[in-house]
Amino acid sequence: MPQRAKKEKEGLGIVQTQYYNAPKDEKFLMESGASFSELKIAYETYGKLNSRKNNAVLICHALSGDAHAAGYHAGEKKPGWWDDMIGPEKAFDTNKYFVVSSNIIGGCKGSSGPNSINPSTGKPYALSFPIVSVVDMVNAQKKLLDFLGVKKLLSVCGGSMGGMQALQWAVSYPEEVVSCIPIATTYKHSAQQIAFDEVGRQAIMADPAWNGGDYYEKQCPSAGLAVARMIGHITYMSNESMEKKFGRVLKKKELGYEFSTEFEVEGYLRYRGDNFVKRFDANSYLYITKAMDYFDLQKDQKLYHAFKDIKTRFLVIAFSSDWLYPPAQSKEIVRALKMNGIDVTYCEISSDYGHDAFLLEFQEETKLIKHFLDNTHKKLERKK
Amino acid sequence: MISKSKEELRLDHKVIGDMIENGSTVLDLGCGSGELLEYLASSKDVKGSGVEISEEAIYRCVEKGLSVSHGDIDSGLKEYPDHLFDYVIFNQTMQQVHRPKEAIREALRVGKKVIIGFPNFCYIKARLQLFFGGHVPVTPSLPYTWYDTPNLHFLSIKDFTNFCAQEKIKTEKKVFLAEKSIVKFMPNIFALNAVFQISR
Repeated sequence: MPQRAKKEKEGLGIVQTQYYNAPKDEKFLMESGASFSELKIAYETYGKLNSRKNNAVLICHALSGDAHAAGYHAGEKKPGWWDDMIGPEKAFDTNKYFVVSSNIIGGCKGSSGPNSINPSTGKPYALSFPIVSVVDMVNAQKKLLDFLGVKKLLSVCGGSMGGMQALQWAVSYPEEVVSCIPIATTYKHSAQQIAFDEVGRQAIMADPAWNGGDYYEKQCPSAGLAVARMIGHITYMSNESMEKKFGRVLKKKELGYEFSTEFEVEGYLRYRGDNFVKRFDANSYLYITKAMDYFDLQKDQKLYHAFKDIKTRFLVIAFSSDWLYPPAQSKEIVRALKMNGIDVTYCEISSDYGHDAFLLEFQEETKLIKHFLDNTHKKLERKK
Repeated sequence: MISKSKEELRLDHKVIGDMIENGSTVLDLGCGSGELLEYLASSKDVKGSGVEISEEAIYRCVEKGLSVSHGDIDSGLKEYPDHLFDYVIFNQTMQQVHRPKEAIREALRVGKKVIIGFPNFCYIKARLQLFFGGHVPVTPSLPYTWYDTPNLHFLSIKDFTNFCAQEKIKTEKKVFLAEKSIVKFMPNIFALNAVFQISR
């Protein structure tokens, strides 16, 4: 308890999620060609935009994240998902930088998504919401930054799907992104990554409560979504971290020879699954995993063509035990950047935490990001 | 990589710095904590980057504001296009790569010029230790015992000169170093270290 009090004092304190609403008559055009109106984006900001407007940093979140990246919401005991990294004197030092944390579209955390109300029917969109891609997420964030008066990003950073957004930012808006920090991510979803997502989606769709996505006024497909989350969690950990955390430890003293939750690891996964359904929308899970599966910077070309004409500086970070987004994929990004003569720093942080390491190894990440940002900002200041 | 006194470190850095033109682009292979790159950035205004295998050293480099890539030299060179750098440097690292011949060829592809600094195995004290002592030499430039050395290859200045001739590599500059001074006389006997600038 005292530790938390101390942390609160050192950190950002109480923060609030805000909302950007696009003009009512404006249509948001998607990569697929579809569109929808009344775009809404949930976001939080920490720190202040300086007079030269060159200190803005965009933080992009992963699959189940939200705009609440740091600080505490009033009355909440847990801080934002990356509070270890964002705040005064932390890696993303809010004394120096204007940090914008934007929620993605397609999600269920306050931005437009399948659980938003369709203005033409007055009911939730459900599956009538257009399919979202990472490009769309980034274009929506661009609208938010335009609204906030940010013309140039000192940096865009994110882990996992957040890293995909960061990469997409550098590719979509090369002139506006001074530096990019993709963490534990990939330039395209591999067959294995698509496969895991598809199992998650099928678990949701196999739940009778899902009802073709039309369940908002009825019962949620909790069982299906919980299974999807359980699969996810397996891929976020490593064999080592699971062995360390659970081993073969039983919940009771001895084997019961029955199909109850006997092993600790089973209990953990069920707990994680059950908790997740309280805070996440099953349709959003479908939309977001689909967006990740569609993500492909390479397309039919060689990867290095994707980074042509980019002057952005890169800091690419991977984790040794991450088998969901293995270091090899990050190395391919680094190779493609180098082939273009782009300024890139790459570090593979040794960690047993698997993919989750990007949320847990904040001390190592801080060592890299703090100096990288500082150096990038100084270079930018010198230029003018 | 090699533990040396600060002054000598400065001497080989200074020798390398003197070979490099102002404002050029440099790739330092096995850059360690980035001392050489930092020195070149401040004294020669070079745009430098490095390749380094140690995670701890990567943190030190990033602290210094350097751009570095975590990986090994043997596989790290394929990633660069032809002649991307004005200079590619192996300072005390060429003897530690698995396949020096391939590494030097690759370095000559990605760099217009290559600078190689290496310890001279045929330094007089090494010869004496080998001949009279009957043991593998331990010298200031080769300070390791057989069981803990990171060095995989041992060569003399003569070996390297022969190698260049055989590979049709041009030697543009060469400087030979004792602990604190430059060696002009019979370097294959009296130099601890050699720094060569080579090109195709």
